[in-house]
Order: sequence, then C-alpha cells, then structure tokens
Amino acid sequence: MTAPALTTLRRTPLRRLAGVDRLAVAGAVLLGVVVLAALLAPWIAPYPEDGGSATHPLEALLPPSGAHWFGTDQVGRDVLSRVLFGARTSLLIAVAVLAVSGVAGVVLGVVAGYAGGWARDVIMRVTDVFLAFPALLLSLALAVVLQPSVTTVIVAIAVTWWPWYARLTASVAASVATRGFVDSARCLGVPAPLIVLRHVLPNSLTPVLVQLSLDGGGVILTAAALSYLGLGAHEPTSEWGLMVQQGQSLFTTDWWVVTFPGLAILVTAFSFNVLGEGLRARLSR
Amino acid sequence: MTLLAAEGVTLAYGATAVVHDVSLAVDEGGVGLIGESGSGKTTLARALLGLMRPRSGVVRYGTGDLAGLGRAGRAEFRRAVQPVFQDGSEALDPRMTAGASITEALTTHHRMSGAERRDRVAALLADVGLDPALAARRPHEMSGGQRQRVAIARALAVEPRLLVLDEPTSALDVTVQARILDLLERLAAEHGLGYLLITHNLGVVGRLCRTSSVLFAGRVVESGPTGELLTRPAHPYTRALRDAVPRLGGEPPRAAGRTEAAAAATGCPFRLRCPLAVDRCREETPQAREVEGRKVACHRAEEVLTTPGSPAPRVPHGGETPDAPRQ
Repeated sequence: MTAPALTTLRRTPLRRLAGVDRLAVAGAVLLGVVVLAALLAPWIAPYPEDGGSATHPLEALLPPSGAHWFGTDQVGRDVLSRVLFGARTSLLIAVAVLAVSGVAGVVLGVVAGYAGGWARDVIMRVTDVFLAFPALLLSLALAVVLQPSVTTVIVAIAVTWWPWYARLTASVAASVATRGFVDSARCLGVPAPLIVLRHVLPNSLTPVLVQLSLDGGGVILTAAALSYLGLGAHEPTSEWGLMVQQGQSLFTTDWWVVTFPGLAILVTAFSFNVLGEGLRARLSR
Repeated sequence: MTLLAAEGVTLAYGATAVVHDVSLAVDEGGVGLIGESGSGKTTLARALLGLMRPRSGVVRYGTGDLAGLGRAGRAEFRRAVQPVFQDGSEALDPRMTAGASITEALTTHHRMSGAERRDRVAALLADVGLDPALAARRPHEMSGGQRQRVAIARALAVEPRLLVLDEPTSALDVTVQARILDLLERLAAEHGLGYLLITHNLGVVGRLCRTSSVLFAGRVVESGPTGELLTRPAHPYTRALRDAVPRLGGEPPRAAGRTEAAAAATGCPFRLRCPLAVDRCREETPQAREVEGRKVACHRAEEVLTTPGSPAPRVPHGGETPDAPRQ
C-alpha cells in the first residue's frame, strides 16, 4: 500500500466523526433533550401545567421575563411550562403512531415480500387503496368522524402512515428473499415462518428504521396540524399545535404565545430528521 | 445407486424456458455439469434442490418424485441433499456469526444441548480446516475462502449424502480455489458423499468428476465419462469449450465457437456458432444418441471425433489452468 492510501485510512475515523456521525449524534442529542423535557416536565416546569386550575387575569399575556421566561398566555398560564408539558403529548403521539404503523406495516410488508403470489397481491392492493388518498385528507376525515382527542390523532395518523412502511418493507423483503442465505435456509428445511423471522425480517429492517426516524418529525407536524384545526387535543391538554392555534390571533401584539410552541415543533421535527438522515448515511455505507 | 435425478426436466421463468428436456443423474461418484453463463446450469441446480418446480418432467429423489413428497419425505430430502453456492458471502446471513449459521443447520432437524452444539460446531469448523475460534465471526469479518468453508461446514452439519456444488470456487481468488477443491475432494471421499459439480471450468471437472454433462442453451449436448469428453470431444461445443481453456505457454485461447451468437430457435441450437454447421443442422434438431461411449446431440459427431481439431491437450488437470492451480 502506498503512502496516500495510508493517510486516507488514518484520517477516516476523524472525517467520519466530523461528517456523517456528528449529524446523527446532533439529532440524537437534540431529540434526547426533548425527551428529557417531556419526562421531567412535572419537576422542571416552573408552574403547574394548567396554571393552578384557575385563570389569572392579572397575569394574562405577560411578555417574557425572569418570572415567565416564555411569557404567559391569554388565561395567565406560563408558556414555558405548557411547552414542556406539550412535549409529552407530542412525543406520545409520535411514538404511538410510529409504533402502531411501523409494526403493522413491517408485518404486512415482510409477509407480502417473502410470500409473493396472491398474498403479496392482496396486501399491496389494500396498501394502494390507502395510498390513493392524500394522507392529511384521510386523517382529517377520520378525525372528524371520531371524537377530538389525542387518541383520535394517533389513530387518524397511524391509519394513513402504515402503508408507506408496508410498501417499503415489501420491496426490501422481496429482494432479501432472493438472497443466497434464504435459499440456503430453505434447503436446510427451515420452516417458512422461521425463515421470515430469522433471516428476512432482520435483514429488511434497516431502511424501515431509518424511515421511521425520518418520519417522526412528520408525525409531530401532522398531529400539530390536526390539533390546530381543532380535531385533536383540546383544552386543557398542552399540545403544541393547539397552542399555536390559540396564540395565532395574538401574534402581532403578544408574539410569545405562538412563537415558543412553534419553535418547539420546529426543533423536534428537525431533530427527528437530522437523526434519520444521519442514520441513513451511516447505515448505507 | 442414483440418488437424485432430473428426468426430461423443462424449467421456465414465466414464458421463457431456460432448460429444455434435460435428464441428468447424480450418483455416489462426482458428476460434472459444464456450461457457459446463461446455459441454465444454476436453474437446473435450483430444480434439483427443490427450490423451483419443473414446468414439465420430474426431479426424482430416490424412487419418488420430489414434487410429490410428503412432509416426512421432504424433511429427509432436505437432510440428504445440501447446496454449496457460488459465493459464501451470499450463502451466509450477514447478521449471523459462523457458529450461529452452523447451529441453525444442526438444530433444524435435531434437538441438541448447548454443549453438544458447541462441540459439533467446533468439530465441523475443524473438519473444513478452520480454527474453531472463527465461530464468533460474522461473514464480513472473514475472507472469501473462510466464508466458503463455513458454508461447506453448514452444509455438512446435516450429514447429507449428496452435495450440489454450484460454481463453488468461481467467486474466489485463484490460490484459494484450489484449496477449496482439495477440501471438497477430501470431504466427499471421507464422508462418502455424492456430488454434482456445476462449473464453467473444464479443468475442475477433469479433476473431480467421473462423468460429466455439457449444457448449451438449456440442453445437454454431450454427456459421458469426463476423460473421454475432454480428450476426444464428440460435440463441436465441447471441443470449443476445451479449446477455450487458457493454458500457460500455449496459444491464446479462442472463444468457444465462431461467434457469441445466441442459441438458434430452430434446428440445432449451436448451429449459429458451430464451425461445422451444414444445411441439415438448420432443418433437423439433433437428438442425443450413443456415440463411442458417450451420448451426444450432433449430426456430425463422428466427424468431430475423427477430424483433428486443435492439438488435443492432455486431460486439463487443475495445474494447467490459471483458474485452478495445484499447490
């Protein structure tokens, strides 16, 4: 090996840390902060979530100050506290939607991809039907039919998200199914369900995991949109979309009511995306 | 005794038939299947392994039709016939350690205690010439030769009676190829294994197989004792293949046939590439017939045998081809 090659070798770990991995790490750290805020909200929030179950007219719409870092809203509740509690709602929705739609999509996708034939046709046609509707529109329709609540938001989003995972998993699993190690397992006489669990599933998961982390931000944005439209979380639940909607009309006079929850949505969605991109870059090497 | 045989097997992907009416028997000795890329070798191997159903014809295991085997019969077939594929990195699950891959083979048909498993894995790895410590490695942490040895150990784990070797060395370095072939030769002798060796390398068959079949465009064009096929080929394609083997210090190799033309749709499939093609070859598809101890599908087989082609080489042993040097 020549000298330049050696230099490249030596430099690689540094470059990796400086580039790709730092992106994933940054996303993970940022997301970690949001998760910590959500978990510790009851202890770190300076005021109770509901402002002590009463309105405080004298404290309504105070600008950011030492006592209220993010100011107060129209009924005198501390915006910082509500943003912290809102992280719980948003992350709960994100995790629940990704878990439900991820599991459903992966299970159906891996079966369709490995089995092929009519099983694949049936599953993929159902998937296509769901994909034929614009996702937000379908979520909206569902949310209108169901009672507005956090659970409604989770159901409405999950129903429109699983087909993406089913389709992605099916295509990956179909290509994994043609690999030599699957043939080798079949030649050993390993039963089909075990082949799927042992070989096809683990080797199909990577792109789905990347997609899931990329989608976390999208779920939070969609949930915020549903709540913003009054179809999701409602008072007194702290939810960022809802807070943005309530603070919107006050933007010109009391900018802090809408800005901080808006920033929280931005930061969280961004950190999911950065983490996903970092993972993708890392795993595709 | 014939353990595994194809009888008049036609195989197709969708509407395209890639193997036409092929009969081939694998018995206790080594049997070679020779052909260029695209000749249908691997497809035939998949059918013999029960990974693909014939469009017509029968894959026979023992005395029964493979497609008609019950649960127990199928399990027995799986234990008896094992593949070794071209590329060990494909044949091993990238997420499993060598030990886990071999253990999967051990425990598919038998229950085994943990200690017994570890002992068997170590014994199998030693049997294929590997350090048992390699059991903890994943495929990407091993060399190509090591991966292929692990794949062989996995195949041997079920104590098969027959191996289907689908170009087992073509993905390997030249120096490693010969060692893997030595290993297969030794294991087959020690375990009393029959094998079907699929290759495009004539030198390899000359060394390992008593009988061989030559496949062209999905049809067996010549079959018989390997030595005969290599020293006195009766089919122009076999002769072209033999002459195409590069030899150190010899003339530069010639392409197998006049052109790279595809198989002809009518008449003899080889006629577009055949230097001896005459009108009859266009009009009449040659049927396999008995000529001097081998079966050959060529109208002019007798002339091929008597016409001196290029100077006939000795049986190309491993050492003469760069693909399979002897140490």
